[in-house]
Amino acid sequence: MPSRRDLLGHSARIATLLAAAGLLPELARAQGSSYPSAAFEAKTMADVMKALGAGVPAESKDVTITAPDIAENGAVVPVGASTGLAGVRRILILVEKNPAILSAMFNFTDAVEPSFSTRVKMDQSSNVYAVAMMSDGRVLFAHKEVRVTLGGCAG
Amino acid sequence: MSEPTRIRAQAGADKATVRMLMTHEMESGQRKDASGKIIPAWFIREVSVQLNGKPVMTAQWGPAVSKNPFLQFTIKGAKAGDKLTVSWVDNRGDRRSDEATIA
Repeated sequence: MPSRRDLLGHSARIATLLAAAGLLPELARAQGSSYPSAAFEAKTMADVMKALGAGVPAESKDVTITAPDIAENGAVVPVGASTGLAGVRRILILVEKNPAILSAMFNFTDAVEPSFSTRVKMDQSSNVYAVAMMSDGRVLFAHKEVRVTLGGCAG
Repeated sequence: MSEPTRIRAQAGADKATVRMLMTHEMESGQRKDASGKIIPAWFIREVSVQLNGKPVMTAQWGPAVSKNPFLQFTIKGAKAGDKLTVSWVDNRGDRRSDEATIA
């Protein structure tokens, strides 16, 4: 028998979910933006590329990933992605063994250098990828293995 | 009401390095509360940066970006006195916009 408190908690959560489902598409339209939900739900790099309508990624020395060899705290892993190539429109950061592989996506104009640093959560030791999407359609990536001592997703 | 984004932008010879720290829980949607129920994901989905009112970059994020997100990048041709506007919107539709002047 669920308690009254449980039921109340449930209905509040459902209301929040409904509100989110109803409001978000409207918000996206208002902004003229397109949040690529499918890409952020994908489990593999191939699925991310498919969701973004991009080609098959190739490993490249021209793309650099900066990340620690060992991350003591998986909740805060500093990751940088950069490239010396011209004509890059978008840079992605992917963590292979996270529940969803795509962590962050950066889109930029020529006014910004193709180099971004941020911090991501890692569930467990995994390969981390930097992916550069070029304006000519090429997709290049670099990867690095990061060992995580304490996971940062479910903690 | 959310806390302001801390923005530091320093001009170099022909470019400016921008560092920012947003204040956001960035709940992953993987964690459970004490009673074993999943805590719903709550995270910044989109970030946009304008230089003197002109968009220079946007970012889309998933819940795997760390709590209180950090972001660093470089804007070419930006100089001291230029105005930066940083805006974000999260998956609940909350939004915030902050301004800083490049030093």
